[in-house]
Amino acid sequence: MMLAGYAVGAAKGFIYIRGEYALSIERLEKAITQARLYGLLGENILESGFSFDLAVMKGAGAYVCGEETALIESLEGKRGHPRNKPPYPVTEGLWGKPTVVNNVETLANVPEIIRNGAAWYRGYGTDKCPGTKVYTIIGNVATPGLIEAEMGTTLRDIIYEYAGGIKEGKKFKGALVGGAAGAFMGPEMLDAKMDFVNLKEYAAVLGSGAILVMDESTDIVGMLQSVLHFFKHESCGHCVPCRLGTKQLVEIVDRIAGGKGKVEDIESLVKISEVMRDTSFCPLGQSLNLPISSSLKYFRDEVYGRVQQPA
Amino acid sequence: MSQEKQCQCAEVQEEELYPRLEEVITEHRGKGQDLIMVLHKAQNLFGYLPRKAQEMVAEGLNVSLNEVYGVITFYNFFSTVPQGRNSVKVCLGTACYVRGSQEVLDKAQKELGIKVGGTTEDRRYSLDVVRCIGACGLAPAMLVNEDVYGRVKSPHLPDILAKYE
Amino acid sequence: MIKATINNVEIEAPEGTSILWAAKKAGFTIPTLCNHPDLKPGGQCGICVVEIEGIPGLKRACMTPVGEGFKVKTHTPRIMATRRQLVELILSNHDTDCLTCVKNNNCELQQLASIVGINVHDYSRSGERLPIDRSSVSIVRDPNKCILCGRCIQVCSNVQTVDALAVNHRGFDTVITTAFDAGLGNSVCINCGQCVVHCPVGALYEKSATEEVWEALHDPDKFVVVQEAPAVRVMLGEEFGMPTGSLVSGKMHAALRRLGFDAVLETNFTADLTIMEEGTELIDRLTSGRNLPLITSCSPGWIKFMETYFHDMIPHMSTAKSPQQMFGALAKTYYAEVKGIDPGKIVSVSIMPCTAKKFECQRPEMNASGYQDVDYVLTTREIGRMMREAGLDVKEMPDEPPDDILGDYTGAATIFGATGGVMEAAVRSAYRLVTGKELENVEIKPVRGLQGIKEAEIDIDGTRVKVAVAHSCGQARKLLNKVQDQIAKEGKSEYQFIEVMACPGGCVGGGGQSWGSNMAKRARRGESLYEEDRSLPLRRSHENPSVLALYEKFLEKPNSEKAHKLLHTHYYKRSTVDGKIKPAS
Repeated sequence: MMLAGYAVGAAKGFIYIRGEYALSIERLEKAITQARLYGLLGENILESGFSFDLAVMKGAGAYVCGEETALIESLEGKRGHPRNKPPYPVTEGLWGKPTVVNNVETLANVPEIIRNGAAWYRGYGTDKCPGTKVYTIIGNVATPGLIEAEMGTTLRDIIYEYAGGIKEGKKFKGALVGGAAGAFMGPEMLDAKMDFVNLKEYAAVLGSGAILVMDESTDIVGMLQSVLHFFKHESCGHCVPCRLGTKQLVEIVDRIAGGKGKVEDIESLVKISEVMRDTSFCPLGQSLNLPISSSLKYFRDEVYGRVQQPA
Repeated sequence: MSQEKQCQCAEVQEEELYPRLEEVITEHRGKGQDLIMVLHKAQNLFGYLPRKAQEMVAEGLNVSLNEVYGVITFYNFFSTVPQGRNSVKVCLGTACYVRGSQEVLDKAQKELGIKVGGTTEDRRYSLDVVRCIGACGLAPAMLVNEDVYGRVKSPHLPDILAKYE
Repeated sequence: MIKATINNVEIEAPEGTSILWAAKKAGFTIPTLCNHPDLKPGGQCGICVVEIEGIPGLKRACMTPVGEGFKVKTHTPRIMATRRQLVELILSNHDTDCLTCVKNNNCELQQLASIVGINVHDYSRSGERLPIDRSSVSIVRDPNKCILCGRCIQVCSNVQTVDALAVNHRGFDTVITTAFDAGLGNSVCINCGQCVVHCPVGALYEKSATEEVWEALHDPDKFVVVQEAPAVRVMLGEEFGMPTGSLVSGKMHAALRRLGFDAVLETNFTADLTIMEEGTELIDRLTSGRNLPLITSCSPGWIKFMETYFHDMIPHMSTAKSPQQMFGALAKTYYAEVKGIDPGKIVSVSIMPCTAKKFECQRPEMNASGYQDVDYVLTTREIGRMMREAGLDVKEMPDEPPDDILGDYTGAATIFGATGGVMEAAVRSAYRLVTGKELENVEIKPVRGLQGIKEAEIDIDGTRVKVAVAHSCGQARKLLNKVQDQIAKEGKSEYQFIEVMACPGGCVGGGGQSWGSNMAKRARRGESLYEEDRSLPLRRSHENPSVLALYEKFLEKPNSEKAHKLLHTHYYKRSTVDGKIKPAS
């Protein structure tokens, strides 16, 4: 962050952490205090003439604050509603001043690239998508946790090489890749190369790098239920498609899960999520189409098997 | 009868906390941008955000009462009703869900005899749902106050809960 | 200038023009629900989405500036299907009992549903019924009708800086409420009703008094008198399909008489009287130099705003009551006495462009006559409904004069309805009061019009008086901050006299005006008032013969003891938490 601050001429940086992450907050605050003690933060850092300081901002439980403009609103002490864009944060961000918003992962790559050079970094990954990616592997795997792998590593390698395979020797059913609003993938995707460019061709995303692995016992409608309930809960309520769309989606998926769904209900899920993709104010609502359309792509028969068949 | 007593006792304690809130506000006087930070601190003091505390924060930070109330009702963390002494939060994020956290939640509701969002009569526990506490590798996870419990199975629950008075 | 095409029609628009307005130039009205011409786009509803060639996805026309070479399509099959879906989603959470809705036939959502062709409900109605907020004496809020477009909040917070309404809670549970969900009547709401006139649906409306007024009109034992505010005569026609700002003073009197009022009198009469009282007060203050600037007190929304946010300025306020309340006090004293009517049998009704007047008439101190001085306040919309129910059409009415002895008025009174009007009227008479001579050119143009804060310097026979005019509470806040600052730093303000009206445009923009209003319409109505002023034989308040008779027979002189008892008032400090009166310390 200090390097980023130096690059853009910023004097102040903020680290916004979810309030739930008590331990991370504690550690970061300690690290910042220590950095100040060593003269790595504050006035005239290492006599370079450059001054920069960091502050930790504790979130208060709102997923939408991951959206950059909602995050800025929250930093200003307000409700985390996304702002109109343009103006983008780089021209008018925090308190109306130009602001760069980046993920931790992006910033964490910077020191290594500066230290070892761009060619070194390009040595990892693929031509189109160089470098590495940090994954959070969770779900029904033997050893869940964080890994860093080259861009282009296959899903199979990530699950079976890095995460010890499926837990209790069960069969792989699929994975939800890219976070809560990521894409479901079926077994046919095990050998797909995981990188930004390649996944785009499969209408999937790397997103946050979260890979949720599901074994054969997982109920795909239940998974959709969990995802949709989460988004209904986290919708900020600003725009019509997200506020009312998530509500309808939840009602429909609950109906299907309860065995009362009809074929038209599945069609409605798709239709509503498409309107949300096209008209939601921010990425939170826009992204929900992905888990819905991908679940139908790879697990079509299972989902259709859960609704009442037309007579 | 005993309940009545307890309530009064809680009120007396609450009154005593206001001077401490005043100290917090003094540090941030006139700084509306610190609202969320101040509310975190106020909630740590009271366990929730009583109306009087909201009014004091609004005046002290020079923001409208509406802004304070709007922020409180937006963020999950903040509560306007008194909470139990121990806050039990079961994670229902997708990672925990896929590893059976719904079962853990059902058991918790049964064990405590309250629904999600509720507080036990003796004010010992409040039960809530969270969506990801950053412990996906430990799924299914739950929080009691600041303590994270991973790989929770429903039979573990009574022992976990019993640790908190 | 930017060149672009909208559905193949070429247009040119200044840089920064939204696609929504650019499309209007090409003759296409893109449907929208949350957007309002006087407010900033918020992007809530998504109805206005369009396609732009070469840009993936759909874009909101309201907040996307038209770019050079844009090829915009406004109604492709994809767009039309999307709009239909969005409207259906809105309806899934909207109380669609249109027949019983106050906005039936005037509802923007209803119109939109018909435009996009909704004929079936695809989605189940979701959400519980929420309680209707009836805590305010002026305004009712029905959250079951609310579509969360945010217009009310924008006027309440940004334009008026009252901050009574806000978005609270989150996601599907989001509601627009007051702090603590305590209700408008327990909040800092000033009852101005700007939220009401900006609401596209039936979520905000006035607390109606039509039933009570009908009852009084049909009670043979009651003597029902009616007064009409200056601005009503340029609004009422709109209720009957007449062009915006049509001047209908005579037709209004005729229709009210036919509705069954026993005496059709005039708020304009007491507007002239207000000038006599307030003008005298101004001269006193200019002479003594104390508590300057003097600030006007006609606007009850402004009064509550001042009591809440600027109660330090109370000594600067004119103690003169508003014309409505002066009328109320006189109707049950002077009028009753002269006409030989038991004041206990008089029911005093006023027709106002305003929702705050409903609050004002119920203030406990407004009972100088020994009774509640004004019993019921009806907005222009309510009296329009009553006339329609009685089968009366204002368009078809003959021109009739008001009744005596509280009916005569001058041009100075009629311009009270436009921002700057009170100031102009006061100057016309103050000039006479100070110099003994008549001001020759009575038209004081710098205080007219719709810019935010207007200033003028008036030469009263060698004495220079600096005046300022603010309309909307946001502008008033700015002006008063400046005044307070000057007083704190220099011991006095550059201004001697300030007019404040709570609503943008003054009373012609009040919370009781016809549905579907905007600044352009407010301006048009203001112009009509100035036209009536020009057309009247008398244009100075101190020339009103009935006012002079009132002083001669009853009040003696302006600011007399009797005048003070009946025509002047006092103010309170109010809490910024709930708007309630603070106990005197």
